[in-house]
Amino acid sequence: MKLVYEKSRPGRRASSLPRPEVPAAEVPEELRRASPPRLPEISEPELVRHFTALADRTFGVDTGFYPLGSCTMKHNPRVNERVVNLPGFRDLHPLQEEDASQGALELMWRLQEILAEIVGLPAVSLQPAAGSQGELTGLLLMRAYFADRGEGDQRREIVIPDTAHGTNPASVTMAGYELVDVKTDPRGNVDVDDLRGKVGPQTAGLMLTNPSTLGLFDEGIEEITRIFHEAGALMYYDGANLNAICGISRPGDFGFDIVHFNLHKTFSQPHGGGGPGGGPIAVRERLEPYLPVPAVVREGEAFRLDYGRPKTIGKVRGFCGPFGVFVRSYAYIRSYGPALREMSEVAVLNANYLLARLKDTYEAPFDRLCMHEFVLSGRKLKREHGVTTLDVAKRLMDYGFHPPTIYFPLIVPEALMIEPTETEAKETLDAFADAMLAIAHEAAGQPELLKEAPHVRPVKRLDEVRAAKQPVVRYRFEQHEDPQGAGEPRQLEAQKGA
Amino acid sequence: MSFLSLTEQDREQMLETIGVDSIDELFEQIPVGVRLGRALELEPALSEPELVAHLNELASRNIDTGREVSFLGAGIYDHYVPAVVDAVLARGEFLTAYTPYQPEMSQGVLQAIFEYQTAICELTGMDVSNASGYDGTTVAADACYLARQATGRSKVVLTEALNPQVRQVVKTYAPGFGLDVVEVPHRDGTTDPDELRAAAGEAACVIFQQPNFFGCLEPAPDLAAAANDAGALPVAHVDPVSLGVLEAPGVYGCALAIGEGQSAGNYQSYGGPHYGFLAARSEFIRRMPGRISGETVDSEGRRGFVLTLQTREQHIRREKATSNITTNQTLLALAGLVHLSWLGPQGLRELGETCLALSRYAKERLSEAGLELVFPEKATFKEFAVRVGRPAKDAISDARAAGIHPGYALGRDYAGLDDALLVAVTEKRTTAEIDSLVEVLAA
Repeated sequence: MKLVYEKSRPGRRASSLPRPEVPAAEVPEELRRASPPRLPEISEPELVRHFTALADRTFGVDTGFYPLGSCTMKHNPRVNERVVNLPGFRDLHPLQEEDASQGALELMWRLQEILAEIVGLPAVSLQPAAGSQGELTGLLLMRAYFADRGEGDQRREIVIPDTAHGTNPASVTMAGYELVDVKTDPRGNVDVDDLRGKVGPQTAGLMLTNPSTLGLFDEGIEEITRIFHEAGALMYYDGANLNAICGISRPGDFGFDIVHFNLHKTFSQPHGGGGPGGGPIAVRERLEPYLPVPAVVREGEAFRLDYGRPKTIGKVRGFCGPFGVFVRSYAYIRSYGPALREMSEVAVLNANYLLARLKDTYEAPFDRLCMHEFVLSGRKLKREHGVTTLDVAKRLMDYGFHPPTIYFPLIVPEALMIEPTETEAKETLDAFADAMLAIAHEAAGQPELLKEAPHVRPVKRLDEVRAAKQPVVRYRFEQHEDPQGAGEPRQLEAQKGA
Repeated sequence: MSFLSLTEQDREQMLETIGVDSIDELFEQIPVGVRLGRALELEPALSEPELVAHLNELASRNIDTGREVSFLGAGIYDHYVPAVVDAVLARGEFLTAYTPYQPEMSQGVLQAIFEYQTAICELTGMDVSNASGYDGTTVAADACYLARQATGRSKVVLTEALNPQVRQVVKTYAPGFGLDVVEVPHRDGTTDPDELRAAAGEAACVIFQQPNFFGCLEPAPDLAAAANDAGALPVAHVDPVSLGVLEAPGVYGCALAIGEGQSAGNYQSYGGPHYGFLAARSEFIRRMPGRISGETVDSEGRRGFVLTLQTREQHIRREKATSNITTNQTLLALAGLVHLSWLGPQGLRELGETCLALSRYAKERLSEAGLELVFPEKATFKEFAVRVGRPAKDAISDARAAGIHPGYALGRDYAGLDDALLVAVTEKRTTAEIDSLVEVLAA
């Protein structure tokens, strides 16, 4: 398919703009743009068709089942899109005076209260823009807290299990901390013996995802908590998998000091092809003074922004955070009310049902019930038939499914990480399980079907090595080399043709 | 509850297949001591019509820019968002997809990101752009991190005329990055290149804004040269809608160009979600934070797109990654691409010219009415600072009583400017609205 730039024709345009009858103003010569940016020149009909064609070549939750583990690809209710587009939200300037933004402030305050109740921690900042920014914010809170106590130089280490998402160690580095890895035991829990030897006066905190990326609730969580509390360290809960435990268990009740939420996972902010997200954090009282500013506070019947936090770490994002994400998440939670527990119950039911249907054919590395997701290993198929997890994933596309997360967590060979979410129907789960079983059967009889998959997508397997070795990350107009040709510029080909 | 799809019969069959008697049994792996044991204390569920009514009521207590003539800017602007943006963003395939880890499923969004990267590179004169950052503040912190890694230096220089929130976010990130932040004061609304050169010694990067927070046009080529003289990477924080009339940072020697994308394609939305953009010269491609879409071919030689250079990223490189960013702002960046495609080069230039002409009209009318511009000698783009002869907050109250929001009170961020308003004039404002502004401010 052509790029929008390749559809461009000089003199075409889609836009019409006001041309007020006022004298023109000039930019000083030395600052004026010399040559225009080569944006597309395209009519509105062509523009709409172009982006419609791109949408047709994109698979979303609206298109079909999307069991991408750890991403919680649930249905995104359309009423949320309606309310977020109310002019009173959509066209509100973030620096509007407080008396003229009471509805927005009240919504944020209410969402803070709700999030605090869900995780059992009293103070919330909505500001972080995504889960990984919530992580960094939480680690900066730890720094500020320990610096304030005179322990900043002493506590330099953050402990992270080997099942953690890559964001955790990356955030640790960005926060200026040192990483200490801890192993997983044979039941899929944190190896408490390994942990004991690694926690001490040098430890600032733990970052834990629970249920873990294996989809397992850590059975030793009470002992883990004891170890960290005795060492005077803080505990950070990565809320990536919060969809499993809403209304069932609260991290604040079992010892965590800081929690981040992924509003785009648990509370249904649409993922948008990669974002936006929302990564609010909730903290225990002793960390509240360090939270980002402004805080949204209630005074009587009115709401206002409070900048009066002398110990604040500052700001991690502009204004109060991604407000539109808050509107959708608030609407989502209000649609459930206290029945939010049922959301998590059904998420866990759906995952266990799929696990039950698949575990005899694919290997389950841990013989346990799972939470909202589970991990299978494709190593038997690899050993016996020479097909990899990547092949299984690509073949699933031919059956009309988005593949699960693959090759993660790193500790499971040939991993397939499957998260169905609560919004799927049993027929969909069955169709997916049937496809997975059929693919295992194909692997034995017709492995080339898998190795050459996908067969029905707009492109076949793409050469990722080439993309990384000779990066082409923007269109180069007349100098652009045709990837389908012999690597010669288009212009030269055109000249040859002429 | 209408978001779940299982019937009672489904549930029973599924529990039987799993081999348990109840849903509660599934949760027995959670130790008894850490179970909640009560219902969440949340307000009762709302039906869809009740929910819409409740949110309508909340929204009605906000005064949006459709209800008040707005001259508020200071980083977020009331530009027109064309209807095609809404139409494209309403497509469920874009709305409900995630990061395109499986390229064969996601050619549309990968191509859109590639086209977005191209648009940002064209606007800024750079070679490479990422797929977006969170907003115009966090991309500045990203730029500092990149510059620190690229130069091995630990000082960053920010101009005082750089958006205060951007500076605040850089300072928040600084302790984790091990950065010292130095600020260079403005002189009558712009930055002095010699002062900047002196401050930039041993600095990893220098970040300045064009047009700056006061709306003034910085001597940007001189500032970039000053940074380069000191061996610091020049970073320009730019407004995308200015780049039809203002020179591209890549042309005047910047190493990176960053900015807040909201002006191009995003509603104000009380501050977000929007997108930040980050573009760089090609030598920094392997140090870029975030996703990048790259062109390649499939096994039959057809052109396709993939997320590329992933060995920079957290899911591969973990603690050695160039950033922790995962979820970004793709949908908002897509809105930017659609808006910029709708404008085209001609439309973008006209938009810039209209902002320039209307803000010149506003400055002249205000001056004629006896108000004093704060930086009368300085050229501006769509925003400027004016003294209102009394505390700015009083002027704001009075103007709002007349249905006009006259701008941002600069005294909130700058000493000595308690009587100054920062006034933004977009293409949506009319001469009649500007005349009304002059009338209320001169009263």
